[in-house]
Amino acid sequence: MKLTALKTFLTEAGNISAFTGRFFRVAFTPRYEFGELLRQCFYIGYKSLPLVGITAFIMGLVLTIQSRPTLVEFGAEAWLPKMVSVSLVREIAPVITALICAGKIGSGIGAELGSMKVTEQIDAMEVSGTNPFKFLVATRIMATTLMIPLLAVMADAISLYGAFLGANIRGVVSWDLYWNQVFDSLTFGDLLPAIVKTFFFGFAIGVVGCFKGYYSNKGTEGVGRSANSAVVISSLLVFVLDLIAVQITDILSLT
Amino acid sequence: MTAGSEINAISPSSSEGSVITVQHLYKSFGQNHVLNDFSLELKRGENLVVLGKSGSGKSVLIKCIIGLLKPEQGTINVLGENVLDLDSHELDKVRAKVGFLFQSNALYDSMTVRENLEFPLRRHWINVSKDEVDALVKEALKNVGLEKTIDMRPAELSGGMRKRIALARTLILKPEIILYDEPTTGLDPITGKEISNLMCELAEKYNTSSIIISHDMNCVKIVADRIIVLMEGKCYATGTFDELKKSNDEKIKSFFE
Repeated sequence: MKLTALKTFLTEAGNISAFTGRFFRVAFTPRYEFGELLRQCFYIGYKSLPLVGITAFIMGLVLTIQSRPTLVEFGAEAWLPKMVSVSLVREIAPVITALICAGKIGSGIGAELGSMKVTEQIDAMEVSGTNPFKFLVATRIMATTLMIPLLAVMADAISLYGAFLGANIRGVVSWDLYWNQVFDSLTFGDLLPAIVKTFFFGFAIGVVGCFKGYYSNKGTEGVGRSANSAVVISSLLVFVLDLIAVQITDILSLT
Repeated sequence: MTAGSEINAISPSSSEGSVITVQHLYKSFGQNHVLNDFSLELKRGENLVVLGKSGSGKSVLIKCIIGLLKPEQGTINVLGENVLDLDSHELDKVRAKVGFLFQSNALYDSMTVRENLEFPLRRHWINVSKDEVDALVKEALKNVGLEKTIDMRPAELSGGMRKRIALARTLILKPEIILYDEPTTGLDPITGKEISNLMCELAEKYNTSSIIISHDMNCVKIVADRIIVLMEGKCYATGTFDELKKSNDEKIKSFFE
């Protein structure tokens, strides 16, 4: 039983690796699908702005409110902007953005491509002289890879604003003092690794969503399964990639 | 009427004047041998119906012809080109001359009717101007009597309307051959009859040759010039509608009951 599960896992991992390899072979050769790429950037990036923005704002606000009592206990209330900003920029905003996107975008791609598969739209595309892998898969993977870092940067800014409001609920921190403390505490080594890892988060979300949708089977039941497993696997991958990124950052002494 | 394996012995010389020649085709999925030494020939201007039970491999056959599936053995010649030897670029050139009407219509949900019709045009005919595209889209919609749906999405259309739009998309490239995969499945008898009549009208208007996969005998009666009965992966019998209807073979009779 365990051997079968291991075999299934290795087969799935091998198939996803082959799928990723196919992406690199196909994506950077003509004919380029710029129109579809822009359309996907609009749907994946712009349409995710409200959800990511609201979540980031609440995360900033809540983290500040929750951290305050502990810092007050140690007489370190003045460190609140510093501590919160480093936590948000290094870890919370990129990871929460990626998880939100894994849920919203990963499931959306899985379900969309899955339903296109079972209703023969992918075959119709191939008959119409279009490489469906290039048109549907490559554009979506590129769009998630490009848009999630932008969303993460936006989430950084909005969560820091949320943290400012959180700091002023129980205490008083002026706008100038807050931002001075935030920018004094943040270094290039905080921002760069956090942004770089979001490219990998975006790539993983795109690859898993597309893989699950593109190879969806068993009719409408299969579409649901594709969407579900796209979310589960891409969320898990976000944490695994985060772990690897933190280790690399630590080894390279970037923090 | 020809029954049994006689049809399988299509000689190369008999393929002259034919637009599709399939010879000794084998296709299986695991242990399920769907096509087992199957052959057929489609003559220019002919409407050939492939009749068979569900799961008998009818759809697999036309997907092999258009290059969506690869058979294990056999040859498929479409308009003088051996489909199995072509690279993707050459295959696209053949596909531009072959329309395919999918069983599920396969209209793109995220696009309007106009965009659905424009899609194959812009893909196959890269240098076509915007005005030409617009004129061709309107002509295709006029052919199926659905000009007013141009800005609607597939989800807003009825089953019959979706089938007509899919037919318009198939015809927009003015193909020489059309492959129909169960064109009347899921439609009520009246709409099914309308679609069958429309298929005949358009075949005459554009002088196309067709392979029609169906087990809807009302449709078969209207469209078929010739019928091939596909059973157990082989050509079981061939003949006109009237010839097969008169057959005493129990398996063939069951289709007409």
